[in-house]
Amino acid sequence: MSPALHVVGRSVPRSDGTGHVTGRTQFTTDHAFPGMLHLKIVRSPAHHALVRGIDLSDAERVPGFIRALTHVDVPHNVYTILGLIGVEPEEEFVLAEDRVRYKGEPIVAIIAESESAALDAVARVRLDLEELPAVFDVEEALRPGAPIVTHWGSNAFMYEGHPCRRVRFGDVEEAFSGADHIVEGVYNTKPIEHAPIETTACIAVPEANGRFTVYTNTQAVYFSLDNTSIILQIPGNRLHFIGGTVGGGFGGKVDVIVEPLATLAAMKTNRPVRYAYSRSEEMQVSSTRSAWRIYVKDGVMADGRIVARKVTSYADSGAYSRQTPYALTKHAANASGPYAIPNVSIDAYCVYTNHVPASAMRGFGITMASFAIEVQMDKIAEAVGLDPWSIRFLNAYRDGDTKPHRKLVEDATLIETIQAAAVLVGHELSPELRGLTSAHRNEGGE
Amino acid sequence: MARLRGTGISAVNYPTGMNLGGDPSQALIHATTSGSFVVSLSSTDLGQGLRTVIGQIAAEALGVGMDDVIIDTADTDTGPHCMGTFASRATHRVGNAVIAAARETREALLDVAAEELEAARDDLEFDGQGNIQVRGVPDRAMRIADIAAAAQFKYGRTIAGRGAYMKPRSPVDPETGAMDPDSTEAHACTVAEVEVDTETGEVTVLSIRSAYEVGQQVNPALVRGQIVGGAWMGMSHALYETTKPYYPDPDHSPKDFSEYLMPGAHEMPVIESVVLEYPSSNGPYGVKGVGEMTANSPIPAIVNAIYHATGVRVDELPVTPELILRGLDARAAAARG
Repeated sequence: MSPALHVVGRSVPRSDGTGHVTGRTQFTTDHAFPGMLHLKIVRSPAHHALVRGIDLSDAERVPGFIRALTHVDVPHNVYTILGLIGVEPEEEFVLAEDRVRYKGEPIVAIIAESESAALDAVARVRLDLEELPAVFDVEEALRPGAPIVTHWGSNAFMYEGHPCRRVRFGDVEEAFSGADHIVEGVYNTKPIEHAPIETTACIAVPEANGRFTVYTNTQAVYFSLDNTSIILQIPGNRLHFIGGTVGGGFGGKVDVIVEPLATLAAMKTNRPVRYAYSRSEEMQVSSTRSAWRIYVKDGVMADGRIVARKVTSYADSGAYSRQTPYALTKHAANASGPYAIPNVSIDAYCVYTNHVPASAMRGFGITMASFAIEVQMDKIAEAVGLDPWSIRFLNAYRDGDTKPHRKLVEDATLIETIQAAAVLVGHELSPELRGLTSAHRNEGGE
Repeated sequence: MARLRGTGISAVNYPTGMNLGGDPSQALIHATTSGSFVVSLSSTDLGQGLRTVIGQIAAEALGVGMDDVIIDTADTDTGPHCMGTFASRATHRVGNAVIAAARETREALLDVAAEELEAARDDLEFDGQGNIQVRGVPDRAMRIADIAAAAQFKYGRTIAGRGAYMKPRSPVDPETGAMDPDSTEAHACTVAEVEVDTETGEVTVLSIRSAYEVGQQVNPALVRGQIVGGAWMGMSHALYETTKPYYPDPDHSPKDFSEYLMPGAHEMPVIESVVLEYPSSNGPYGVKGVGEMTANSPIPAIVNAIYHATGVRVDELPVTPELILRGLDARAAAARG
């Protein structure tokens, strides 16, 4: 028996609540520094194009213009955010070089005395672009002859030699041939914005000792510091990141987009530099939740037991992979849902297209798997003539089961959770269903 | 034309944490002269209340009150490493690191308390109310604040502790997908009730009623905050949101909140919930993770409820009025033969 708890388990008031509701909490852009400059981005108006030339001459004449940054100013311009943990290849351009791969891709950073001067100068940069054929559909992107988005030659992220994250468990084809019903579905979802109240932002401040203090609303201060260190090719000991208070993240502030350029701008100008997304940048060029297309084929016996599931999923990563390759891995580990299915085959593709890059978002790889699986469960119930509660109890996983990715189930409380929901809404369950437990497979009544 | 009502359910699991590259967080604790305990971290509060729940875990593990815990987080010059706040990991990972740091801190306190109370170290216990006492003898007790002061001014010792927690990296077998990608699983079952206007195709969500199994709750009010916020977000994903209304066509992206549709306060349905607590084996005090999951189960529950109400199966998100009206038209045409 665990010892009695004193503080854990109590609804103590949140420590930052008063500050949040009275407007006294300091968010990133509430900081201001004397001489602070503003950074704004010249973005690609094309979905896919060659960059033939950049003419800054009019922009440079805008009063308050300080300087521009292009890819030649970025010490390590091609990076991959998950490179920190060994994900390859390096593929995203901090500032575009000879090609832009999505509408909104950064090409030039403008640094100016005021936000309005920076925006004025951005509007006066003339780009010479040659548009290229673009691809926007995940399955079209994987067909032979499709425009190749990446600089390294494939529209499918490669998982140790495979173009998809695979799960193979049992023999789905054999199980399909013995199944009484085959239930199939195709599930499509569109990209979604995190829509935080506070937009992505940072302020980089050069200190007298040669270090840079970066005030940021990143969800991960060390992840941002370490990626900034790589991109700027400076030792981590010159960077001091301060954060911890975020006005909504939902996964959208795990990318490292604003900190490297703001810090570079502070290095080049020796002045504090603020780089904050406008609302339209947050909506239109910040990472989204991937669009998904998920094909599910289930083999079901007449009594409702699912004996085989085959899933082919495509997540639209947009022009760069960012965090999406890992979302597919997480998806592959959860595409069978909280159910015990003895034969499972999953192919989960992270696909490059000319859309704005996707990245992490709340439910990372699983939200859309849950949508597809749980609609599929209702279709299965209908096919075998069971109600939607019974079909879930019948197939629920239990402690001691093995998941398709070969992890032993040890926290299976699905049955208890469904039973509690039935009580909450007043849905009468049969004694047999009320007597089920996740703890073991010894079936029996109360 | 009619307003049709329907009910749909969904049941989901959700994993805590991740495996890619290892998943560590660390914590350092030290006592001040007045007996406050500074918990140094590099973890981020996204607005969900991480500072509060970590403060609770620190207070519990140190055996002091919440007022004596100072959370100093997300300054890379002072805080030890944290992977970040995502993957429903922070309470689990950071909480475990804080408990480990508190354990070491308590050892340092006991060393001093044994001398001050002239008692064997093994005979001492924390009372959970800010004191260390000789086991079973409340008269022979000393305030932790006084022990911390004595450590610094009488004995010249640090009262400090280090803690780390890491889910080790689990490489994925590229052929079979074998992997150990998470630490524990939370669960949810949602029942959604909707009303569909067959003339406009509009869906009104009437209620979202859910059961959650989240392990030990650290702060039930903050769990409830995640439940209500997650229900709203799931409803918004199901019926409203996208940056590409004509996806895969990339055009017509919204620029602001007047073009990017989300439900307003007046569209919030009845939200009721019950929370079960089956402790995890590896979380702090049996914690799992509730952060992400609450947005997931409402989505299929709402979509299934729309089918129950109308007979229209929509297999794409968001479920717009146009999709429902086209589905109703197709059903009417099929019925006419």
